[in-house]
Amino acid sequence: MKRLLDEPALRSLARGCAVLGTGGGGDPRIGLLLALQALEEVGPTELVDLDDLPRDALIMPCGMVGAPTVHIEKIENGGEGAVLREHLERLTGRTVAALMPAEIGGSNGLLPLTWAGRMGLPVVDADGMGRAFPLIPQVSMHLAGIDPNPGVMTDERGNVVVFRAISGAWMERLERSAAVEFGGAGAATEYIMTVAQARDGAAVRGTFTLAIKIGDALNTAVGDSMAALVAVTGGFPLVTGKVTDVERRTTKGFVRGSVVVEGLGDDAGRLLRLEIQNENLVALEQGRVLASVPDLITVLDSETADAIPTERVRYGQRVTVIAMQCAPIWRSQFGLETAGPRAFGYDFDYVPVEELAGAYA
Amino acid sequence: MPTLDYRLGVDVGGTNTDAVILDRSDQVLAKAKVPTTPDVTGGIVAALDKVIGMSRAAAVPARKDGPPEPRAVSRITHAMLGTTHATNAVLERRKLHRVAVIRIGAPATLGVRPMFEWPADLTGVVSAGATVVAGGIEFDGRDLSPFDEDAVARFLGLVAGRCDGVAITSVFAPVSPRHELLAAEIVKRELGEVHVSLSHEIGSVGLLERENATILNAALAGVASDVASALGQALAAHNLSPVTFFAQNDGTLMALDHALRYPVLTIGSGPANSIRGAAFLTGRTDALVADVGGTSTDVGVLVNGFPRESSQGVEIGGIRTNFRMPDLVTIALGGGTVVSGALGQTLPGGERGVRLGPESVGYRLRDEALVFGGSTPTLTDSAVATGRASLGDPSLAQPALRLLKAASRAADLALADAIDRVKTAKGDLTLIAVGGGSILIPDELPGVSEVIRPDHFDAANAIGAAIASVSGQVDRIFHFGPGGRKAALDEASQEARDHAVAAGADPDTVQIVELEEIPLAYLTSPAVRIRAKAAGALGGLYEATNYSG
Repeated sequence: MKRLLDEPALRSLARGCAVLGTGGGGDPRIGLLLALQALEEVGPTELVDLDDLPRDALIMPCGMVGAPTVHIEKIENGGEGAVLREHLERLTGRTVAALMPAEIGGSNGLLPLTWAGRMGLPVVDADGMGRAFPLIPQVSMHLAGIDPNPGVMTDERGNVVVFRAISGAWMERLERSAAVEFGGAGAATEYIMTVAQARDGAAVRGTFTLAIKIGDALNTAVGDSMAALVAVTGGFPLVTGKVTDVERRTTKGFVRGSVVVEGLGDDAGRLLRLEIQNENLVALEQGRVLASVPDLITVLDSETADAIPTERVRYGQRVTVIAMQCAPIWRSQFGLETAGPRAFGYDFDYVPVEELAGAYA
Repeated sequence: MPTLDYRLGVDVGGTNTDAVILDRSDQVLAKAKVPTTPDVTGGIVAALDKVIGMSRAAAVPARKDGPPEPRAVSRITHAMLGTTHATNAVLERRKLHRVAVIRIGAPATLGVRPMFEWPADLTGVVSAGATVVAGGIEFDGRDLSPFDEDAVARFLGLVAGRCDGVAITSVFAPVSPRHELLAAEIVKRELGEVHVSLSHEIGSVGLLERENATILNAALAGVASDVASALGQALAAHNLSPVTFFAQNDGTLMALDHALRYPVLTIGSGPANSIRGAAFLTGRTDALVADVGGTSTDVGVLVNGFPRESSQGVEIGGIRTNFRMPDLVTIALGGGTVVSGALGQTLPGGERGVRLGPESVGYRLRDEALVFGGSTPTLTDSAVATGRASLGDPSLAQPALRLLKAASRAADLALADAIDRVKTAKGDLTLIAVGGGSILIPDELPGVSEVIRPDHFDAANAIGAAIASVSGQVDRIFHFGPGGRKAALDEASQEARDHAVAAGADPDTVQIVELEEIPLAYLTSPAVRIRAKAAGALGGLYEATNYSG
């Protein structure tokens, strides 16, 4: 399967990336504009399936590390990916065959295809999360035992830092510090892998196609766009209502907080609380968990069906909260240790959203 | 500088232009409503002529029990104008200035060039050329890269003689404007006295939206001075030379010289004026406000005496900006809305066989509505048919009674839904009904505890402009120093106060009316975006431009 990402596909992809971003991953709109200008200047990027590439071909997972607020001000120049590739090839002595987003969620789902297109490389129909997560090792490559080294970071000026970290956690720590020095954000690659490794479970496959399908469904839905979204994702609507409380605080560089959604219409009388750490992590109702990481929880504008990033959730918004099943790899023991509720400091065990939905239906 | 005495408020809406004259104790001395003209100016002149004529003829006392003062109109010391001229100019691509666009931020930001998202025809009208030069600021205040003065000078050499103004936007100008200020000096050196719009004075964080607003601002400079001089001439024709203010998006005023420099900030002043007017006329600080005009109804929320603002930036003529506008739910229902029978169609409210608008007879209501002897059933006819208003000849509405009553039920459902959508909490709230079409609003609505219909409801917008306060605003990134979070909040508050006083507010009355902090994620050094707004009453100690005729 090969597909050229034209303008309609990019627009759908951006909407889909916002939905899969579960409130994080950066504003996909800037990612879309970068992709549209690249499309105009160098033509469409090719989307390829892992099965279309040779087993030993090299895949470069990549994306931005840093603050979303920086990303909306200090926009990328589009050439960051080429710098990462050049240094990665020099370090490994091997040739990069395709790029892959480390996370499909948010702006980071779109940037790698812009970088790839500007180099004439394809982007693979896969990513490292199937959603967005805050930390660098919270990727399928980590779960599959891929070495995060060498890590490479660059900025728009061409500064380059190469990382040799003893663990994913150290890679996170070192890259985060470098991002601050770069001016709050930097382009990064870690967990380089072969196509064979990616096929063997180190990548979450088909996520570009899924994101485009989500965007198409929302774009073309007549009337009930939530129903269209549920049909495409197999997701579970949690509540439709109004945001009645938003609380945010910053601890150690992460925005934590909570959002209360008060049910309206058929959901009148219900109160749903979302726990947030950059992404939406847990949905609670009267102390019961309705959904939690690593499953996806997305807040959508009830009218436009656009996903709302956590930093833009505001008092009074009309929203629909939907939960979707995560990629199966996250439900393994290691997956849950890496990105389950306890990994984020919550004192309860993960229960898959479909079981929770069955239990309370 | 004249002491505050009588005030003239003018609001240019989509259908009508309203004008009021208020005395020193805020009593309405005269009010006038005329159709808005396509050129805006004609409507302003007509409204002014009418309200001044009425004021002269009425010879109203300045105080309730005082003696009549035939020359009252000469006591107008302040004029406040709220207008849609800027929006119209963008929508119609009329009278826009040609702008040279400079972005400072290379090698960052090159992936999305200036005006990338703009409609081609608007870019064609506005752009005299665009460049991205090296420079810009990091979020922590360092240089992103060294500022390339030569590149700015070279670009200006190319556009010299082909541009009316220059729009300058630097990366993270809200953190430090220093590269924008340097570039402005180069413009002055190379091009002399052309209009320069600097992004740090116009928008907040969000490069593309701020850049768009800055370019629009430069493009609107001529429109603003046109309207200002039209108003000045109209006033001069009545031998008046009041201090003039423009209403802005947040329901506060800015001095004329500010408005000439920042015309884009006036773009959403209409709904804000109505909400502020509703607050003033009722003395309420927290309520829902429905402003029913000829074509549409805006339902907004009054919080702490000001319109609640929307969380999303606003689009102007298809251009994304990051201005905050009043948070409104707008529905296409007004006094002139045309009612028709459409068999088989079911409305959202379930009312069969009746269709509401979206067409409106607008200002032709008094010719076309049934009760005025016309042939077009309108929602005003519905209001008469249901006994909510006594206008014209009710018997003329009789033949269409069933249709009109059905239309009224459908309109009530649409209004109730709009009210529910704008509310932020459970519980019934007070609804203030203003605008010429507010006779449509029933006395009882779901979710509404009481409907207040203040005196002068039909001129709430112009009154809102006349009584508006003066504000100052800060929206930028602060880094916590020794004083920590509190010191940063204090610094932001003080800056906002200073801006308000500089814009003409009485220092003794200035208060912080909004303070919001948004932490920056994924950064290990504590930084926060703080948005502070201060507002105060018009004072005597300000620097404002006076008209000399």
